[in-house]
Amino acid sequence: MKHELPKLQYSPNALAEVLSEKTMEFHYGKHHQAYVNNLNSLIQGTKFENASLEQIIMEAEGGVFNNGAQVWNHSFYFEAFSPAPKHMPEGDLLKAIEVSFGSFEEFLSKFSNAAATLFGSGWAWLVVDADGKLIITQESNAGNPLRKGLKPLLTCDVWEHAYYLDYQNRRPDYIQAFWKIVDWRVVEKRFEQAR
Amino acid sequence: MAFQLPKLKFDYKALEPYIDEMTMDIHYNKHHGTYTNNLNNAIAGTSIEALPIEEILQEVSKLSPAVRNNGGGYFNHNLFWDIMSPNGGGKPDGALLKSIKKFFGSFDEFKEKFSNAAATRFGSGWAWLVWTGKDFQVFSTPNQDNSLMDVADIKGIPILGLDVWEHAYYLKYQNRRSEYIQNFWNVIDWKAVEEKYIAATSK
Repeated sequence: MKHELPKLQYSPNALAEVLSEKTMEFHYGKHHQAYVNNLNSLIQGTKFENASLEQIIMEAEGGVFNNGAQVWNHSFYFEAFSPAPKHMPEGDLLKAIEVSFGSFEEFLSKFSNAAATLFGSGWAWLVVDADGKLIITQESNAGNPLRKGLKPLLTCDVWEHAYYLDYQNRRPDYIQAFWKIVDWRVVEKRFEQAR
Repeated sequence: MAFQLPKLKFDYKALEPYIDEMTMDIHYNKHHGTYTNNLNNAIAGTSIEALPIEEILQEVSKLSPAVRNNGGGYFNHNLFWDIMSPNGGGKPDGALLKSIKKFFGSFDEFKEKFSNAAATRFGSGWAWLVWTGKDFQVFSTPNQDNSLMDVADIKGIPILGLDVWEHAYYLKYQNRRSEYIQNFWNVIDWKAVEEKYIAATSK
């Protein structure tokens, strides 16, 4: 199965207030595309040739895992953005966030802190654990919570390539701005499907 | 005694066009500066406060992640600035070249091996040429780890290091890490590398 770069649901300059067109062109057009290309060439003739990305994330190691997980992670990351986002969750998701973190503001602060303190390259995640509770996790490099039996709802890419052209060393500024484009409609939908 | 950000031997634009002025400024002042401050904060008031950085790194397994990450970041960047020069490039000579030939076959083979270690490090990290006490090894480490740390797979004294964190090259090269690696060879100060080799082999 040939993996493909998913289409963005917005134009590359639509998020410019937070992520510049140049960042989008490189991050989506070069990095994400390179992971897709690398994955396709690495799986040729292997047992992963017809595997889903999820299977690859659960079972693969080395380059196949790294590229497969990075394809999934980036698709999941870009999919949650919108130039006209819903700024706050409602209903069951909001309730679950309040149960797990106290309040939406507490959640924002804990997730932001997880993203800010991940040392090196990686991702911060909001996930549903096996007991249906929401938790925040960090993963290095291509790490993906599916591998630990967790169901991802939201992620923030803190590889430097995600923000360096726009924010340089100021990762906390990027994380703060990230919240302006997260579309909670998408996260709510993921939460429904995860339950 | 707090650790100090070392003075650079060259100005921010001296390594142009291979390493641009803005990258040098931010990399040195912000990234290296932050590692230095965070290291000082992490060791302030502890028993290791007065130790040389090399000795601190030798016991990171017993210390907080903040010491490993920031201590590594402090040492690695000190070395990185030290082995680059606007008058760099070319090849080593003398005892260093002889030793490189002995362990890698030729300078070109060494160069290829080192470049490959830098290109294939997934995520953030460093490529190294290390004197282990009996031979040379080329490899890479994740994040700010290095071969002085007791947690390292291969231990020894770093002679040459290349930063492949994206912050080292992203403003100028973006996703083209291999182009950055290729250009690094134009700014290596082989005299400084040779001094490190001599110091390491005479221990």
